[in-house]
Amino acid sequence: MTDTQDYASTPGAASHSHGPFIASMDQGTTSSRCIVFDRDGSIVAVDQKEHEQIFPKPGWVEHDGAEIWANVQEVTDGAIAKAGITGADVKAIGITNQRETTLLWDRKTGEPVHNALVWQDTRTDALCKELGRNVGPDRFRRETGLPLASYFAGPKIRWLLDNVAGLRARAEAGEILFGTMDSWVIWNLTGGPDGGVHVTDVTNASRTMLMNLSTLDWDERILASMEIPAAVLPEIRSSAEVYGTAAGGALAGVPVASALGDQQAALFGQTCFAKGEAKSTYGTGSFLLMNTGSAPVNSYNGLLTTVGYRIGDQAPVYALEGSIAVTGSLMQWMRDQMGLINSAAEIETLASSVEDNGGAYVVPAFSGLFAPYWRADARGVIAGLTRYVTKAHIARAVLEATAWQTREIVDAMTKDSGVELTALKVDGGMTSNNLLMQTISDVLDAPVVRPMVAEATALGAAYAAGLAVGFWPDTDALRANWRRAAEWTPRMEADVRDREYKNWLKAVERTMGWIEDEE
Amino acid sequence: MARTIQSLERAVAMLRLLAGGERRLGLSDIASSLDLAKGTAHGILRTLQQEGFVEQDPASGRYQLGAELLRLGNSYLDVHELRARALVWADDLARSSGESVYLGVLHQQGVLIVHHVFRPDDSRQVLDVGAMQPLHSTALGKVLSAYNPVAHTEAVEGERTAFTPRTVTGAADFEGVLDLIRARGWAADVEETWDGVASVAAPIHDRRRMPVGAVGVTGAVERVCPEGSLRPELIAAVRDCARAVSRDLGAGRF
Repeated sequence: MTDTQDYASTPGAASHSHGPFIASMDQGTTSSRCIVFDRDGSIVAVDQKEHEQIFPKPGWVEHDGAEIWANVQEVTDGAIAKAGITGADVKAIGITNQRETTLLWDRKTGEPVHNALVWQDTRTDALCKELGRNVGPDRFRRETGLPLASYFAGPKIRWLLDNVAGLRARAEAGEILFGTMDSWVIWNLTGGPDGGVHVTDVTNASRTMLMNLSTLDWDERILASMEIPAAVLPEIRSSAEVYGTAAGGALAGVPVASALGDQQAALFGQTCFAKGEAKSTYGTGSFLLMNTGSAPVNSYNGLLTTVGYRIGDQAPVYALEGSIAVTGSLMQWMRDQMGLINSAAEIETLASSVEDNGGAYVVPAFSGLFAPYWRADARGVIAGLTRYVTKAHIARAVLEATAWQTREIVDAMTKDSGVELTALKVDGGMTSNNLLMQTISDVLDAPVVRPMVAEATALGAAYAAGLAVGFWPDTDALRANWRRAAEWTPRMEADVRDREYKNWLKAVERTMGWIEDEE
Repeated sequence: MARTIQSLERAVAMLRLLAGGERRLGLSDIASSLDLAKGTAHGILRTLQQEGFVEQDPASGRYQLGAELLRLGNSYLDVHELRARALVWADDLARSSGESVYLGVLHQQGVLIVHHVFRPDDSRQVLDVGAMQPLHSTALGKVLSAYNPVAHTEAVEGERTAFTPRTVTGAADFEGVLDLIRARGWAADVEETWDGVASVAAPIHDRRRMPVGAVGVTGAVERVCPEGSLRPELIAAVRDCARAVSRDLGAGRF
């Protein structure tokens, strides 16, 4: 769900590795990528292609399913060519994808019946309120771990069935298939209308609001409430097993052996295999996931309960998830809207020119407050302004906003799970911001660790696929691949931390209730 | 002939003068070179200084070109931008070399470490970002001194402390070392700064071929320089990394 911003660059091709390899297909929100990894987990080659973002109305976001599949094929062939290898050198294919984005297609022709509804699309807002009936947004939380919100796939399916002429009848007759991007890619990869397998994995299924977290199967009561025919749904499989083999292209005959939603893939790539281990991916928005072990933990503090991963027939591993809507996009705002910096990286230069925030706090509640507050009526504020405050102080406050929001989510996770965070593993484009990483460590009062591979998401899918085919023996072997590239340790005095947190919370309070007649 | 503005012509002449050979000049040198009264020259210099086009060294009072000119020429590179661009390549270098990686830029009279990747073993290590290293004895510093004229002046004019018996301190010897670096395209430091530590570094250029920084590996002399000779694959890996970062900054292939 996140994309690295203009910070990141990736190696195009390198030739220092010898086979065999794992190919990872990363179908993201703005682009599709294929990355080839070797046994050490090093990147051998990358190819990438962006796809069109379609905005039919304010708040609506769509992708063309056919374009995405064409791009996935193109970048796969491209990465294999750049690596200078053939399909015979590739032991397995792993899939990771933007989560929740919903597509329905004709099982006979393979043609999408409508553009995919992207996770950011808010057209199902009203439908979600209606589905809450008299219970409210938590109507299905106990079963699914999720609140009724427009992100999730179930209500998006319902919207398509209600709004595409004749679709419901065709769906009930078994002519239509539903899939998130993992299912769409796997179905096409394994043959499409000609014998393609229609499956999804537990992590992607856990974002539909249709799967019961305890049984890991579709929940009939919820299907009935949302009026979704079971005939459209894929089979739910583990995250690491052979679903089928590629039917064509550069990788014809190679097993398709993993699928994980992007954030879960990053958790896996960061080797957060033990209870209490957590990772945070800092991109446009940021996503923090903590491994909570073999039982789902209910959240009373506004987090999501989700499946972390499931390897073959082993017990599933659950996770708590908290997201920060505005992080990298806040730096972009500083650059594009405020014009205070020329590049996202320059914010560190500006912020480093002063010792502290000068008393200023920025709360970027651009479209309300998310976890742990969930206040749609909030809007952003810059608080604590005095004549003394300069643009450098504002830059510092902008970096601190990301740090404090991380702290709020970590605090909520500790409350829900009873597990104290020992260290935070970070990835994503913003990890190149040294001052930001130090500030996060300071406000968490815990070490922040950056691993040597920036591409944790694609690596996670490669790891899961490699486990499924025996390329790596077990998760211990994957842990052995993990390398620390940098570590920031807390330097802030406890009394300063407490005072600053209190000030931050006061600033957050001032964002609430700004929008008065929210429907 | 169209009318021109004399003070502007004089200011431009001053910038040209400061951009040529001698990089730092005193007020009287500038005034006499351009055949100006000291008071006139001072007025122009003060204006240029206010705009950031000229900087005055607080110790010697001499003038040099200011950072604003570099920004204007669009070759100004923010060090954090440099780190962001170098991130994946530096990781790759640490992984392939098995040693820690440092990225440095010229700052005042030394090398400022702007990025550090840990040696890829599970040992406890401390992030060195923000630390300073000497120009004349480290691999990073020598690369900068060889390619960046401002760094060169600093290293040549500054004090060259003998940190170990192997530190090169003599002026002629030092210039000889820099000539060799320019000829080979990389620099080494084998126990010239710290006993038991060796490093190899290469220059990073931007799209105008300006030397904006240096990247290198540092490790135990036994691993980096076994039996007294540097591992050639290590030198190749460092140069590959420097080229990759330069390419990302828009420098052409070379």
